[in-house]
Amino acid sequence: MNHRPITEDDLHAYVDRVLEPERQAEVAAYLGDHPDVAKRVAAFTDQRDLLRAALAPIAEEPLPAELNLSRIIENRARRPSVARWAMAAMLLLSIGGLGGWAVRGALQASPEGLVALAQEATASYNVYAPDRVRPVEVRASDSAQLVQWVSDRLHRPVKVPDLAASGYRLMGGRLVATQHGPAAMFMYDDDHGSRLVVLTRPMSSADQNAPMTSQSQGDVRGFAWADDGVGYSLVGHAAPESLRPIANEVRRQARPI
Amino acid sequence: MKDMLLQVEPLIPALRRYARALVRNRANADDLVQDCLERAVSRWYQRRDGDVRAWLFTILHNLAVNQFRQSASRGRHVPIDETNEDNFGEAAAQEQKLMVQDVLNKLARLPEDQRAVLLLVAVEDLSYADAAKVLNIPVGTVMSRLSRARERLQQEIEGIADNISTNVVPLRSEK
Repeated sequence: MNHRPITEDDLHAYVDRVLEPERQAEVAAYLGDHPDVAKRVAAFTDQRDLLRAALAPIAEEPLPAELNLSRIIENRARRPSVARWAMAAMLLLSIGGLGGWAVRGALQASPEGLVALAQEATASYNVYAPDRVRPVEVRASDSAQLVQWVSDRLHRPVKVPDLAASGYRLMGGRLVATQHGPAAMFMYDDDHGSRLVVLTRPMSSADQNAPMTSQSQGDVRGFAWADDGVGYSLVGHAAPESLRPIANEVRRQARPI
Repeated sequence: MKDMLLQVEPLIPALRRYARALVRNRANADDLVQDCLERAVSRWYQRRDGDVRAWLFTILHNLAVNQFRQSASRGRHVPIDETNEDNFGEAAAQEQKLMVQDVLNKLARLPEDQRAVLLLVAVEDLSYADAAKVLNIPVGTVMSRLSRARERLQQEIEGIADNISTNVVPLRSEK
């Protein structure tokens, strides 16, 4: 008979019982002829059985309330916390003076880095989106140059999201200054001239990952999130319902999982 | 969200088991699973087609790795339950129950990447391809890590004293 040679991978697949029946039989026959290898494979099988037995009770434990999925879905549907923080922060800041300054310090110390990011995106939107002369520094026609520039300054590869499917064309972008260092801003517009801003920058260590939350300051609305250390915020003068799918699209393109 | 409930809820016990075996601390593990579920809820409509289980394990694993990194950078070690290690004498080790507890203590001595692959494959029944996706490594690396994990765990189980045994005949040298 002409058997394929038995490999180390076959032995593990034998232990894990994922071989085709025919191959399983070939390995079994091989093990019959090679007691040393058979002993090792038997030990691996014992390990597997022991581990499964040792860990099985964990999966039998009743789920704590925090892991109740229906509750997580419900909580999420009515969670306004970040947006509320942002509004409270803006309100207090607008009171101005030392009081506002002190609150700013307190908020910076808070772990909610998305609030800061959304504020920065909104500030950029408010300054650059109404600009009819030079809303962007590097135009879409030079997007390769734009990508190179912001990637260099952010010390990581930055991709420009393509929002054509949502009806928005890239106008271009620029580097903007934030309290947390440089950020890349991209601006888009649609056939009606309404503009969107996407702002992205590295997040501080505490906020490496944060779920997408809705943000609004005045009539500038949008979403912010962080994936693997990079924060994103999408803002515009539009209803959250129309912005959410676009934010999802930006997120999908930036980090498909 | 209803299909999500149907597809994700049955997997929560396995996610808990993986998290607990990986970080060895009940509260930390359940926190990770909670984070994982929250992310799963928020990304449900963005996930690519494919196995929901592998997708959830990917989210969970990435969260666990982030936690490992953060605690490593703070110089804090993930607590490892070393309780009554010394009580496992030769006589007691005969008992299945103690062996079961013992194997977890031995497992905890493996490097995190080896532990992860062994748990995903041998306990959670992920295919080698799905384990590769979860760990974001090639399948070949899954296989070599799995091999190293099993050899290492066997050495732990047999104890240092048994290392002179010539019965262990690896078929190939370790990479």
